[in-house]
Amino acid sequence: MAIFSVYIINKAGGLIYQFDHNNTRPELEKTFAYPLNLMLKIYDDKVVVAFGECDGIKVGHCVLGINGITAEGRYLQDGREILEVLSSAENYPINIKFGRQKLSTNEKIMLASMFHSLFTIGSQLSPEPRSSGIELLETDVFKLHCHQTMTGIKFIVIADPRQTGVDVFIKRLYEIYADFALKNPFYSLDMPIRCDLFDTNLQQTIEQTERQGINTV
Amino acid sequence: MSRQGTRGVDPRKVNGELFTLTYGALVAQLLRDYEDDDEVNKQLEKMGYNIGVRLIEDFLARNNSSRCNDFRETADIISKVGFKMYLGITPVVSNWSPAGDEFSLLIENNPLADFVELPPGHNNLNFSNLLCGVLKGALEMVQMDVDVRFVQDQLKGDNITELRLKFLRRLEDAIPVGED
Repeated sequence: MAIFSVYIINKAGGLIYQFDHNNTRPELEKTFAYPLNLMLKIYDDKVVVAFGECDGIKVGHCVLGINGITAEGRYLQDGREILEVLSSAENYPINIKFGRQKLSTNEKIMLASMFHSLFTIGSQLSPEPRSSGIELLETDVFKLHCHQTMTGIKFIVIADPRQTGVDVFIKRLYEIYADFALKNPFYSLDMPIRCDLFDTNLQQTIEQTERQGINTV
Repeated sequence: MSRQGTRGVDPRKVNGELFTLTYGALVAQLLRDYEDDDEVNKQLEKMGYNIGVRLIEDFLARNNSSRCNDFRETADIISKVGFKMYLGITPVVSNWSPAGDEFSLLIENNPLADFVELPPGHNNLNFSNLLCGVLKGALEMVQMDVDVRFVQDQLKGDNITELRLKFLRRLEDAIPVGED
């Protein structure tokens, strides 16, 4: 349970593969009475909690649904605007579902090319000559491992900080890429990878890696 | 129980004859299609190139070889690791040019040409020209522009098969960041 996601970036910085692994993002549902004790705002076309944390609902969570109707951006599926629904007292009591928004495909592409540039900057800012780019980026809740091959492809693995054996996993990932993406005659180089065999083999390897080791230290 | 004998054998390894025969069929078909030796050579090289640009990743994924800083190193890895791994032979590296930018691979028994007798009138055909493309494509992916060609061929009555590799330049703008 500790490899979160895998990204593959081509020479030019384009995202050619992305995989999220059992990333169950917590969703919280709560019934509210009028007036709402949370401050909501529109951010990036989503309704986001701006202030006021309660019962696990945190600043930055966004509204995923109301009374069982899924949200689409700042509108509900039935076309009503979320903020309007929440501002009229006759709709209360009301049940709202909160959660972290998943990254959209466009956002992932953007982040991938951003990392591509960061990698370059990292290498150029280096006080030592002949430095590689960013190989490991560490935060409280995840570690980002990046491996660049000699041909310029980047394999990025986001894993739990305690996960061991990520280097071996990346090596296996490279082999899987060489086997199941490149040996497929219908796959063209530098294009997004859409191969079922690649997916299944990657998934197996991820599960294997996770079984083998999470450091409990 | 009866399958025990096959255990421990790398499932990726196949009988070389299967490969040799498939390649032979490919060349024969190309000759039928194009009826011109030079055009066949060109097609073979093109196919080889497309194989090479993919094969290099397979090669790098399974070997811990680091970047070559010297053409001699490259020659060594091609003959001792690359050819060994994919064709099961180790060509001899020789005939270095004084500048160290050109060498020959001497192939004694070319597995691609195991069962081949060239029909008369095909003096321009380089039967194994696919190899030229493979080497060129693979080296190009690790940012080396190399010219590869056949100078001798046992199929044409020479004593040995000789592949000549000439280093042209490093593809500087294609070198990934942090790789020097």
